[in-house]
Amino acid sequence: MNWRWIAENYGMIGTALGQHLVLALIPVLAAFVLSIPIGYLVFRTRSVANAILAIFGAIYSIPSLALFVVLPLALGTKILNPLNVIVALTIYTTALLSRSVVDGLRDVPADVKQSADAIGYGAVRRFFGVDLPLAMPVIFAGLRVATVSNIALTSISVLIGTPSLGTLFDQGFNQGFLTPVWVGLILSIVVALAADLVILIIQRGTLPWVRRAS
Amino acid sequence: MNFFSYLLDPSHWSGSDGLGLHVAQHLLYSLIAVAIAALIGIPIGMLIGHTRRGNFLVIALANSFRAIPTFGLLILVVLLTDTSWIPVVCVLGVLALPPLLTSTATGILQADQQAVHAARAMGMSPGQVLGRVEMPLATPLVISGLRSATLQVIATATVGAYVPGFGGLGRPIMDGLRNGDYGQVLAGAILVAGLAILLDLVLSLIGRVTGRHLRFKPPRSAVVETTS
Repeated sequence: MNWRWIAENYGMIGTALGQHLVLALIPVLAAFVLSIPIGYLVFRTRSVANAILAIFGAIYSIPSLALFVVLPLALGTKILNPLNVIVALTIYTTALLSRSVVDGLRDVPADVKQSADAIGYGAVRRFFGVDLPLAMPVIFAGLRVATVSNIALTSISVLIGTPSLGTLFDQGFNQGFLTPVWVGLILSIVVALAADLVILIIQRGTLPWVRRAS
Repeated sequence: MNFFSYLLDPSHWSGSDGLGLHVAQHLLYSLIAVAIAALIGIPIGMLIGHTRRGNFLVIALANSFRAIPTFGLLILVVLLTDTSWIPVVCVLGVLALPPLLTSTATGILQADQQAVHAARAMGMSPGQVLGRVEMPLATPLVISGLRSATLQVIATATVGAYVPGFGGLGRPIMDGLRNGDYGQVLAGAILVAGLAILLDLVLSLIGRVTGRHLRFKPPRSAVVETTS
């Protein structure tokens, strides 16, 4: 580990980290917003729901590098546009999270729904007041998986020319120099685990009953 | 669409730099990687499941593996060793290890305990219980672990083409990107996605066939015993 290199390239490392986080986390936020209505709609379409879930699984089996390079052709964006990476990761994350939303909604006990109906909850009020909060632990579990794997996956973006922590790997490889590779690896892992912890803390704060139950 | 012209041109399929060879290389690398991971992961998973020890460690390990950027690990290993294909395949194997390990351990942990007790009562040795009862019951889950391991390896093997001299379907993607030939890029991308979906289909069929015999486990006796 060459500490002088790290001290001299502090700014560059910071920029790479910032770019990495933007590329990895915007998709998580976008997917979170998208997956709740999508998951709800899939949940409601009882008979075809499993077929749609299988399609989500198939989306997840498309290699990320393939998706990164095909998207510019589909979107009409330039190959170097960071939007390609963001859209590709959003597609993955939405496929993963929508699944969690369906699983979570399916886990809500029938007697709880009946109780809510009996008290006089309407469909909308029941969804936001009862079904969704009870599905949230499963959705949070999916969110944690998605966030951690997005952060690990994002460094591939450098292969299509979009800078991220992958820039450090690329630089290290081209110069036959290990320090940037170590820095990129450690930063990526630490940031992924920190993001996981942040989501866990948010979950503890917003869903206090989960802790009580477990 | 002229984007598909590269993929559909027969002259791009054969030869020492043809798509046919890249598909074969991609499959070969992936199969070696999954085989190495299976040879290590499945026995350890069996041991953990059978002894019911160390499962917590396996779950923690599998979760932290998800945080490792494979691309970075690949470059680290290649820089530390050499640029032959062996370190790349080893990194792919590392990727396939956690799903195989966890699914095997979970499969055995979730095996019907009535059947395990019955096997013990019949005088089976621990090895026989594991081989004849726990493993067959765990097979569907082991296959599903094999499925996610294979998919991950097929997808990530493309990144291996970053290393010069490493073949497979990442090669046309990387070469095409470098030369601005997007028809070539698309050809690699479509083939690798197709290969992933095809292998997933094959493995899910195998999973369905191997899971079929589980219908013959005695479900009714279990119900009777729990009510007594």
